[in-house]
Amino acid sequence: MTFLDFVEGPMFYVAAAVFVAAGLWRLAGIVRIGKKPDLAPPRGSASAGWIKGNLRHFFPRGLFAERTWMHILGGYGFHLGLFALLVFAAPHIAFVERLTGLSWPAMPRWGFIIAAEIAFAGLIVLWVRRFSDPVMRLISDRDDHVGTWLTFLVMLSGCLALQEAHDSLRATHMLLVNIWLIYFPFGRLMHAFTFVLSRGATGASYGRKGMNP
Amino acid sequence: MSEIAIKTLLAQTDSDLAAYMEACVHCGECAEACHFYEATKDPKYTPTFKLAPLVKAYKRHTAPLRGIRRMFGLVPDEVTEDELRDWEPLIYDSCTMCGRCTLVCPMGIDIAGTIRKVREGYAAAGIVPEGLQEARQHVEETGSPMGVTAKALMAQIKHQEQETGLPIPVDVKGADYLALLSSMEIMGYPEIIGAYAKIFKHAGLSWTISTEAYEATNIGVQIGSGPLAKTLVQKVVDAAEKLGVKHVISPECGHAYGALRWAGPNLIGRSFDFEVVHIIELLDQLRRDGRIPAGDKDGRRITLHDPCQIVRRGGLLKEPRRLMDDACSDFVEMEGAGIANLCCGGGGGVSANPRAEELKIKAFGCKMEQIGKIGGVEAVVVPCANCRGVFEDGLDAYDSDLEVIGLGELVADTLKDLPPSPAG
Repeated sequence: MTFLDFVEGPMFYVAAAVFVAAGLWRLAGIVRIGKKPDLAPPRGSASAGWIKGNLRHFFPRGLFAERTWMHILGGYGFHLGLFALLVFAAPHIAFVERLTGLSWPAMPRWGFIIAAEIAFAGLIVLWVRRFSDPVMRLISDRDDHVGTWLTFLVMLSGCLALQEAHDSLRATHMLLVNIWLIYFPFGRLMHAFTFVLSRGATGASYGRKGMNP
Repeated sequence: MSEIAIKTLLAQTDSDLAAYMEACVHCGECAEACHFYEATKDPKYTPTFKLAPLVKAYKRHTAPLRGIRRMFGLVPDEVTEDELRDWEPLIYDSCTMCGRCTLVCPMGIDIAGTIRKVREGYAAAGIVPEGLQEARQHVEETGSPMGVTAKALMAQIKHQEQETGLPIPVDVKGADYLALLSSMEIMGYPEIIGAYAKIFKHAGLSWTISTEAYEATNIGVQIGSGPLAKTLVQKVVDAAEKLGVKHVISPECGHAYGALRWAGPNLIGRSFDFEVVHIIELLDQLRRDGRIPAGDKDGRRITLHDPCQIVRRGGLLKEPRRLMDDACSDFVEMEGAGIANLCCGGGGGVSANPRAEELKIKAFGCKMEQIGKIGGVEAVVVPCANCRGVFEDGLDAYDSDLEVIGLGELVADTLKDLPPSPAG
């Protein structure tokens, strides 16, 4: 078994299992704490508020957007770029097809390059702000930097492996992906899932009051 | 002491709070919505930073997967008493629990509600600013944070009866509505009692004030003491049930509304036998029912301040605006009016905390700037007695002669002159 076989085979399966099991454990751990029923008579729907809260916070409010435009651009650029790379990059689709038989249209090479550039630019803006902005410097911790660097290295190695010219580049990318998957459920990267619970909690609470900011 | 604080902090943890703790990505956006940060540009006023003691305690004792994290040395140390004390000014002086930070948070984290829970830990451990401790003492002695006794209330009622020539019903059993007041209104703005008398007379409303439960301010909610908050809510519930009223009117006071309307049933563990209605809600309803038609409008250029606990966190957005439109011919909104409006800087017990006075005035500077941007404003309607006090202090500090008025008074002053209803 070559190193590439190992990182794409057994190690990937272990990493994916850790990602799924620990991620579900963490989410279930939050939900199972539970909460007391609210006895105040509602003025609106908590369920509708839960949904609205989740959707509303995707969009920045004009008043604040003027003050935080750099963060918004960086955040949207990075997340949308990463999503496009993750889901529509041809090698990723081929990898999923090999494992599951499922396939869908890939984006063209120029699309990959644009998405990668946007994602890198966004991630770099967010990371530079972590140490250049006094607020972010104060509140950032080791987890923030580890998560950012791991994601950056996964993206960088992925771009280097795009040509699929060298097995070593592909193996490096898969090794980093596996490390990223294992780290994911234990760190702040989990916000990719916990945001739903957080927005939903506030949305439901405000929804009961007949108002949803 | 820190053990009690941590134990109480952790007892506040439910799945909502856990979701907030797990979702924060340290983006710092919340700072941009906080008037204390905006006024000082000091990063320590970043809302999420204020939660640090709770975050530490949560990660150490409650967070899922903490066992695995502990194996790698990734679980924080226990929160110490020194840390709790270091954070105390951030918890009490620099957060009005206005909830504006939630609007900008991409994760939708309710930082204000979480600060309220953090204060439970602090109050249980007795780590509370002196000013709030004094207010608590007044409440325990008289039921009012400003020490307003029933005798003082009666003196103000008598004075308002003389001013308006209208009787003000007190301790009337079987009345439909029980009106609560805040200490600030009773002592600082007693004309609101006369305004109620005038409006309710026009509407033909059956109402009363209770000498047993007249105080709406709930210092327990401001300090973060659930047991005290419960006692104060219970006092109102007992009086309302004794008088047999169908509705209890929450006055123009921010926290009082949230404490009674939204937290009240949860504090005493059962739903009420009466409906809690905010005075703004009631006035709007009476207006729409045609029971208090509007008369001549106030012609001045007037703007409206949105008290955070009534509008952003209370859900009453349109009601005050409809009343303003009826009462003013030149009603102008501030930039960001409504749910994103800036806090006055003195809510959440900050105005009762002399240590926070300088910071409060600095934060009020943001409000001054916001009003200044409109241009030519002659008066501001502030439908919260606490905000109104903060406005008056702030306007004085900034040498402004802007007039501050309550919404109830404005409605009373602009009522259509009708013959009084016989049912009154």
